[in-house]
Amino acid sequence: MKYLFALLAIVAPIGAAMANQVALDSEVFVERSVEQADGNVTVTMEEPTRVVPGDSLVFVLSYENTGAEPAENFVVTNPIPEAVAFVEAIDAGAVYSIDGGENFAALTELRVTGEDGVDRAAQPVDVTHIRWTLTAPIAAGGSGQLRFRGVVR
Amino acid sequence: MSVCRRQYSKSTAWRLPVWLSALSPLFLASAANAVGTPAGTPIENTATASYDDGGSTVTVDSNTVSLIVDELLDIAVTWADPGDVTAAPDEDDVVLAFTVTNGGNGPEPVVLTVDPNRAGDDFDPDAVTLFVDTDGNGVYDAGTDTLYNAGSPPVLAADESITVFILGDMPSAADGERSEVLLTGTAATGSGAPGTVFAGQGEGGGDAVVGSTGASDDDSGFYAIVDADLDLTKSATVVDPFGGATQVPGAVVTYRLLAEATGSGSLANVTITDAIPADTTYVDDSITLDGTALTDATDADAGAYDGSTISVALGTVTGGSSNIIEFQVVID
Repeated sequence: MKYLFALLAIVAPIGAAMANQVALDSEVFVERSVEQADGNVTVTMEEPTRVVPGDSLVFVLSYENTGAEPAENFVVTNPIPEAVAFVEAIDAGAVYSIDGGENFAALTELRVTGEDGVDRAAQPVDVTHIRWTLTAPIAAGGSGQLRFRGVVR
Repeated sequence: MSVCRRQYSKSTAWRLPVWLSALSPLFLASAANAVGTPAGTPIENTATASYDDGGSTVTVDSNTVSLIVDELLDIAVTWADPGDVTAAPDEDDVVLAFTVTNGGNGPEPVVLTVDPNRAGDDFDPDAVTLFVDTDGNGVYDAGTDTLYNAGSPPVLAADESITVFILGDMPSAADGERSEVLLTGTAATGSGAPGTVFAGQGEGGGDAVVGSTGASDDDSGFYAIVDADLDLTKSATVVDPFGGATQVPGAVVTYRLLAEATGSGSLANVTITDAIPADTTYVDDSITLDGTALTDATDADAGAYDGSTISVALGTVTGGSSNIIEFQVVID
């Protein structure tokens, strides 16, 4: 029995590594516009050490296929944090949910019933989840980024 | 990168209103929160991916990025009176009202200072004291509203406004002279150029960051001296039906109101009113102003009778002038 446990202990990490062959990394940056003395505006991306309501945030999702085989039907879903109002996707092809991740569609296809009971087109601020689906498999060693912008409520 | 849009199922269309009505209170709550996310609120972001790995679907979570919303420091001060607050020479405790607002996203003590000695005005108050509108009714209540204590300034919640009062003692200033009094409110955590950071001093453990107001604001209120007062003297003359002066039923009482304006200034919108005494009946159209008869109707002339009270509108009276109003009643 002792040998069997030892064997399992060796096998388990390898199995996990093979299954997790695509790594997903999440980063958040604060986008600041600073007007220079010459009147030009410089936009900087800073580590989010300091955020206050109204600050613009850029969410960066990086994926990398570390395995030996292509990964197919790659779908990334990011729930928008409650204190963040979604602004726009930077990378094209996203679909959106305004119902907590139940249904996804292009924003123009989604409608919201306003406080006055009147149906209106969904706005970015209504978005609760953003999702990208890659059509092509991620080749072994392939990587990419998916980004979106939000503002601290 | 190539991406495709997921098919959007028709069947979801009829489901929309159901869950939207459940969500709407959330939208209401966020709309009411004008100043934004409270300081100290965490923002945590985790993405999830899934992909096919040779037949089986694998799900992977990203790391979680955790931020804390820092405290924004914003203070606004506005003078709340509609215009100059009028005061008599040497009058004490004349009230100026100001509104102080915390425009930040966390509770913040607001330090208040008063500058009564402004340059360019006509006079300065002898003394000023600062009170906080403790009961929140917008009106200064002696004994209820508390004296401002610099050792423990009032703490305003995010988006909260309070009223503060400056009570000024007037010197012997002349009619028409004005005095400017400046109230400044400053966030206790600190103030300065927008963007100034007070590391670790924010509500909830984050930093405090100066907002667009510089975390300090001021506004001026004004006193204007009106050196005029009105003295009212009432007298009565009785004529009984028998030619005497006895107060018997049927006797006619003529009341005389002497309105004397004193001082060097003038008083605007002066109206004299007098209630008809019990057990007497007003004699119709008996009001006179300086000997001229006035009608009881509310019309172009200055007099009126509403069934219980006579009134005479004198308009603007200047110091040194006087008016005599008379009217008659019959004892029942």
